[in-house]
Amino acid sequence: MSLKEKDILRFTTAGSVDDGKSTLIGRILYDSKAIHDDQLETITADSKRTGTGELNLALLTDGLRAEREQGITIDVAYRYFETEKRKFIIADTPGHIEYTRNMVTGASTANLAVILVDARNGIMEQTYRHAFIASLLRIPHIIFCINKMDLVDFKEDVYDKLVKDLSGFSNKLNVIDVRFIPISALKGDNVVNRSDNMPWYRGGSLLYTLENIHVSGDYNHIDCRFPVQYVIRPQTEDFPDYRGYAGRIASGIFKVGDEVTLLPSGLKSSIKSIDVMESSVHEAFAPMSVSMQLMDNLDLSRGDMIVRANNQPVVSKNIEVMLCWLSNTPLKKGVKYTIMHTTNECKCVVKDVLYKMDVNTLHRIENDIDVQVNDIARVNISLSKPIFWDSYAKNRGTGSIIIIDPSTLNTVGAGMII
Amino acid sequence: MNRLVLSHIEELESEAIFIIRELAAQFERPVLLFSGGKDSIVVLHLARKAFWPSKLPFPLLHIDTGHNFAETITFRDNLIQKLGLDLRVGSVQEAINRGDILEEKGLLKSRNSLQSNVLLSSLNTGGFDAAIGGARRDEEKARAKERFFSHRDDFGQWDPKNQRPELWNLFNGKKHPGEHFRIFPISNWTELDVWHYIQKEKLEIPNLYFSHEREVIDRDGILLAKSEHNHQLETDSLTSKQVRFRTIGDVTCTGAVHSVAKNIEEIILELQSTRITERGGRSDDRRSQAAMEDRKKEGYF
Repeated sequence: MSLKEKDILRFTTAGSVDDGKSTLIGRILYDSKAIHDDQLETITADSKRTGTGELNLALLTDGLRAEREQGITIDVAYRYFETEKRKFIIADTPGHIEYTRNMVTGASTANLAVILVDARNGIMEQTYRHAFIASLLRIPHIIFCINKMDLVDFKEDVYDKLVKDLSGFSNKLNVIDVRFIPISALKGDNVVNRSDNMPWYRGGSLLYTLENIHVSGDYNHIDCRFPVQYVIRPQTEDFPDYRGYAGRIASGIFKVGDEVTLLPSGLKSSIKSIDVMESSVHEAFAPMSVSMQLMDNLDLSRGDMIVRANNQPVVSKNIEVMLCWLSNTPLKKGVKYTIMHTTNECKCVVKDVLYKMDVNTLHRIENDIDVQVNDIARVNISLSKPIFWDSYAKNRGTGSIIIIDPSTLNTVGAGMII
Repeated sequence: MNRLVLSHIEELESEAIFIIRELAAQFERPVLLFSGGKDSIVVLHLARKAFWPSKLPFPLLHIDTGHNFAETITFRDNLIQKLGLDLRVGSVQEAINRGDILEEKGLLKSRNSLQSNVLLSSLNTGGFDAAIGGARRDEEKARAKERFFSHRDDFGQWDPKNQRPELWNLFNGKKHPGEHFRIFPISNWTELDVWHYIQKEKLEIPNLYFSHEREVIDRDGILLAKSEHNHQLETDSLTSKQVRFRTIGDVTCTGAVHSVAKNIEEIILELQSTRITERGGRSDDRRSQAAMEDRKKEGYF
């Protein structure tokens, strides 16, 4: 058996309390054989000891002692399964409002969001919040799973009404691809296999959709951005002059021979080689990790960026950002923080808070601009040196920042450059 | 595959190399934890790729419990010699001899949890501020919540409820004096991914991973190797079986599985049809539901 070529789909799951998210994940994992017999044995025994005796699939994902004791999910849990076609990485995030920071974390690396809606309850405040965060983080694909269809007798009109309402709402968001699937996670309808109970639904099951959704277009292959991460200089007998600029291509395609511009110096050179250990490649694209050699011997170090002359990022000391605040200590205006952006780092100050977002209604809050944990706010940040950025909407890799409190050294903010 | 899409193994490799380079850029004295098991063999290979044609910019550290399989140690020493690497060894036996730690009592004693103490003191002695390891999130549910850059306080403790959020490709490795980090570049890999990668990169692994005839002690369904370190209970039965090991830890806690898989292709086939997890044969995880979380909080790998 040789290696079958598959790609990776990273998705995040969000739902309100009790709308069956754990059951859904449990079912997908079980049906794709990602849950093993010894795990099932353990959670069967735990379900008996801690609960009603019904198999509690949430125990699979709630790995920490405090989570099991309190019956809540505290932190993002990562789950893995694969089918013949794809490897899947699930960032399973708790849905409570106090965990907005977890949703943002899970969403930051996802290509797709699965948002659960209880068919009986319709759209809840949380549904808006989950969809908004998915759109804010520019997740290109959203699947709304209308769950518990078995409890509304698999009725088409219940589903149609929800689809209509959700479509109206999601039209206001910047999401490229929105889909709807009526399911029963508990009974398995339209999860892995198409359901006989809903012949009126013509689309594929959730798993079929996850397997077949086209994600290669999600990467930016146009704007060439190579943040220098590390400089490789062996200075050995075999490689006396090797000077490789190592890093992961943030976006675009680089080819040997390409004319490039180096930031911040603005100097020009061309690509001599692109190496991945002993083998050299002719071209490399996002998100490959490579080591590039240039024709000229120039001074380039971590935090610098290799780009194309005719397509350059913005170079500036001021950025406007949608900032999600992650810390229990509120944001302080005018105080120095550390900012990380690509492989670059400097000091920064939040100059202005323009407004906060009410994540449930999408309204702007302009009269209370104290930024607390789980708040999302539009802010102006000024930096101690210029950085090379694109808008997050255009480029996740060069449009995202994190903010670090210099006294606790904790990551306290996550931002998307506008 | 589409010309501009990486296969899942290529994407995982690229992610891991990024993490390893980030470690080298952000820390002053990193060290790579090397056990001679398949996961650390993969991490070592990725690290060599990350810095080629330079040598590894950090040494390797093995926490030797004294209860290793002889095959693992032989493999380790051969590999270190062949690749010309700098290996440090932290010895649990020496720590016991010095009286730094006490051996567990009882017939079923294990040195597994003693490793944490020796690991922490080895990190201290070497002045290491970051230790890179081969732990994977799919191994165990406490590990499912682990970060790529995992912060440890100045007692080496993990605080799972208060971890730094990790977003995009931005890894915050900042720390106060005395604190350190554990870095897990293959967090997103599964057991199967590891085998596919070993196959693709043609990596050498200890022969314990392949099917062989071995005398084993059958204890509650866990097959432990016959060894001077494994005390036989009256209820134990000793039999000779066709087995292989899915993980390689101490002789005292690593269970063998029935297997006829003689090469990597056969191992992959076997894994695709198995219904038991990789750590299902680890008696160290069976001690309680939160066995792994508790050990990790104290500084375990």
